[in-house]
Amino acid sequence: MSAREQWVAFLTIVTKEIRRFTRIWPQTLLPPAITMTLYFVIFGNLIGSRIGEMGGFNYMQYIVPGLIMMSVIQNSYGNVVSSFFSTKFQHSIEEMLVSPMPAHVILNGFIVGGMVRGMLVGLIVSLLSLFFTQLSMQHLLITITVVILTAALFALGGFINAIFANKFDDISIVPTFILTPLTYLGGVFYSIDLLPEFWRMVSLANPIVYMVNAFRYGVLGVSDVNVYASLGAILAFVVAFYLLALWLLQRGTGIRH
Amino acid sequence: MSALTIRNLTKTYANGVYALKGIDLQVEKGDFFALLGPNGAGKSTTIGVISSLVNKTAGEVSIFGHSLDTQRALAKMKIGVVPQEFNFNQFEKVFDIVVTQAGFYGIPVPLARERAEKYLRQLGLWEKRDKQSRTLSGGMKRRLMIARALVHEPELLILDEPTAGVDIELRRSMWDFLTRINGEGKTIILTTHYLEEAESLCRHIAIIDHGIIVENTDMKSLLEKLQVETFILDLARPVTEVPVLEGFEVWLKDSRTLEVAVPKSQSLNTLFVALAEQHFEVMSMRNKANRLEELFVRLVEQNLPGEQAS
Repeated sequence: MSAREQWVAFLTIVTKEIRRFTRIWPQTLLPPAITMTLYFVIFGNLIGSRIGEMGGFNYMQYIVPGLIMMSVIQNSYGNVVSSFFSTKFQHSIEEMLVSPMPAHVILNGFIVGGMVRGMLVGLIVSLLSLFFTQLSMQHLLITITVVILTAALFALGGFINAIFANKFDDISIVPTFILTPLTYLGGVFYSIDLLPEFWRMVSLANPIVYMVNAFRYGVLGVSDVNVYASLGAILAFVVAFYLLALWLLQRGTGIRH
Repeated sequence: MSALTIRNLTKTYANGVYALKGIDLQVEKGDFFALLGPNGAGKSTTIGVISSLVNKTAGEVSIFGHSLDTQRALAKMKIGVVPQEFNFNQFEKVFDIVVTQAGFYGIPVPLARERAEKYLRQLGLWEKRDKQSRTLSGGMKRRLMIARALVHEPELLILDEPTAGVDIELRRSMWDFLTRINGEGKTIILTTHYLEEAESLCRHIAIIDHGIIVENTDMKSLLEKLQVETFILDLARPVTEVPVLEGFEVWLKDSRTLEVAVPKSQSLNTLFVALAEQHFEVMSMRNKANRLEELFVRLVEQNLPGEQAS
């Protein structure tokens, strides 16, 4: 396939993915908007007003960046894992496998589709947060870079999960037992500096801490960790996950006999 | 140039099943070729390897001279596949399914839409273009898969049991369509359980059983191998005893129906003379089974049993 044909094929997958999640928007776009609004009302307004300041900001302002990142993470992951697994389950993956598309075009198409949903939900949540607080933007470039890398990383995670999944239960195990605990313990609702030293060190092993803090630094200008080291670590994970996903796809793991 | 060349193709599944045991096959450009075999014989595995859905264990496959190992993309551009099972997204619209498939081959959207309209019209699905595919009848879904397989205008079309579960009228119209596109130069490989279909449409035939090709020849030569043909005769008057007809095997199915096995060495005239001499009046006559079916059953019965694959 020529580069131009590959570009058309890539856009076809991305368009298909966007068409899919916008067609079922009550399942994909509406729930995170409702959930995050509840977080803003309950944690930000009701409980937050009693907590007072955190990191020099009122509690609502402090948790908003973390909640935006939580939305990006969950939706990038959720989009790719459910879409690619459904494609496997309905055998419509065969439409792609019989075509001359190289594996990297298929992978890029699904990943970008997942990133678009993650970032779109992130944007919706950001706009909703403006009803509850004011957001400044301290470092625009870092904010955008963190969102893109995080969306890519979790879209890749969703893809790898879907490759190994054999039944629908398998696509909910990682989000339920790994992703959600790591996100809640990833400094979304608190500064890890508040933790005892032991638990603070344990928290540093949680990759989501770095994403949430790097994003918070972009928006509020404060972070519990070194932002540039965080960006480097996220980038390294993106590269490693991409190479793994591509290798699995080329081998046909979980999709070819 | 051959449309498809397969050399010593073997496939062993992870569970140890030998699905293909070194098959060789050649399909010429422009041919209408039937690949027949009982369930589990290796037909779908063969098609799976050709269409890159199944990884082969060993052997070589080339499509219009392009090796699947070294020129996979070029080879894939030449093939359109209509699988046995429905494998499109049930919630997508008919038109979108065909346009999207064109996109996977790098066809720009305006041309993809044009082609999608062309093939949906040819297959009688244009009125359904905005319907979700899950709302289509079984026959329409089959036609949708044909339109989808043709949208990148492949030179070789492979159909895995395309008329399974399709009513007679629709089956006939699909035969007409396939005959027409074959006449326009498209090479077609067909697997089917309807042997009448293979006999009507195909010029060459291969029979696969237990992972080996047991027959590979042109249809005429194959049918000439049929040594005995069995006919059903409907009699004008009831009889109670089986007539003795020298040179023929005869069974009385009921009081008005005879089944007669006619060897290739005997003519039907001889049979009718013998019947007339014994005052049997025949009102009508038909083949007990399609000729190819009779031959197919004999060939498969002769083949030694072994492990089966899907």
